[in-house]
Amino acid sequence: MSAEQIERRSLVRALLDGRGSALVVSGLGSSTWDVAAAGDHSTNFYVWGAMGSAAMVGLGLAHAQCDRRVIVVTGDGEMLMGLGALATIATARPKNLAILVLDNELYGETGNQATHTSGNVDLVKIAEGAGFVSTTTATTTDEGRALCDLIRDGEGPVFAVAKVKPDRPDAVIPPRDGTYLKLRFRAAVLGQANAEP
Amino acid sequence: MKSRVDWSADVHQAMRAAGIAQVAYVPDSGLADIIRKCASDEDMRTISLTTEQEGVGLTCGAWLGGQRAALLMQSSGVGNCINALSMVKACGFPFLAIVTMRGMWGEFNPWQVPMGQASAATLQLANVIVHQVDRAEDVGETVAAGAHLAFDSSVGVAVLISQRIIGAKAFMVSK
Repeated sequence: MSAEQIERRSLVRALLDGRGSALVVSGLGSSTWDVAAAGDHSTNFYVWGAMGSAAMVGLGLAHAQCDRRVIVVTGDGEMLMGLGALATIATARPKNLAILVLDNELYGETGNQATHTSGNVDLVKIAEGAGFVSTTTATTTDEGRALCDLIRDGEGPVFAVAKVKPDRPDAVIPPRDGTYLKLRFRAAVLGQANAEP
Repeated sequence: MKSRVDWSADVHQAMRAAGIAQVAYVPDSGLADIIRKCASDEDMRTISLTTEQEGVGLTCGAWLGGQRAALLMQSSGVGNCINALSMVKACGFPFLAIVTMRGMWGEFNPWQVPMGQASAATLQLANVIVHQVDRAEDVGETVAAGAHLAFDSSVGVAVLISQRIIGAKAFMVSK
């Protein structure tokens, strides 16, 4: 079964089961449901909007928490909206930042319109061209396991694409009040006394 | 005419005093001295961006991790930030932008005028509080006050530095 296609929920659950002290940022839409389905966590920050910003939230966080792993989990559509961030992140070279794109080649939340990755656009080649230190593409479940290792432990900045089945598991809705998510995250990372300014 | 007040040094000092640790920027000639001072400040990390929108995400991420960040940009970049600024409003993130103005005082390039003229209103519509500064001697204390407002009250603040302070870009036009 090693050539089995990757299921996004299973991949994200396997990745986050071994998250250790990693801080997780998710991009809007299905990626957020996937991260929530693996278990809501105080050090998850779900970016419910601001499309194209997830990777840059990860960069600011990775700079501020340079001793902790920062994992960004987002979709192909969200990443395509902020492609310049790949150049910025590769230039900043944060050792502790890893970006995972769950690539279903679709805008899954808006009616399954094709994204550019369904054609000739290869996000990993773009990341390599930008200068990411570690990159990989996974298309099978076996490759998915190696991808998880790279995301968790590879030398950063890491950029990985998982080509996932174009199915649409039920939405798992995590908290969406931004102020709550922010304060909860800061309390978990900085201590309750430092959550507020 | 350029002022003899070293307002760029004042901005850098105000940023230092506010504990800004990450400085994201898309360059402008009016910001060049500030960027240089921040880059040589060992307590600050400068991050060059491809577009101003990236700076909004970066400043929010920095705050999540316990650091203060600021975004430096020219007025033409304001429009690039708008949807990303929903995150500042929705989460009550502090956000501090220092914006050098074009398209206002003695502008030569008509393409700079639309965004320059619309910058303050655009930021306000995006829930960012605007402090406009027209005198070089006021720049430092306005950045200091803007940083307090942003980081102590968890709101978005933009300090708009007048083109009159920076000096209109001079072009030689052959007729």
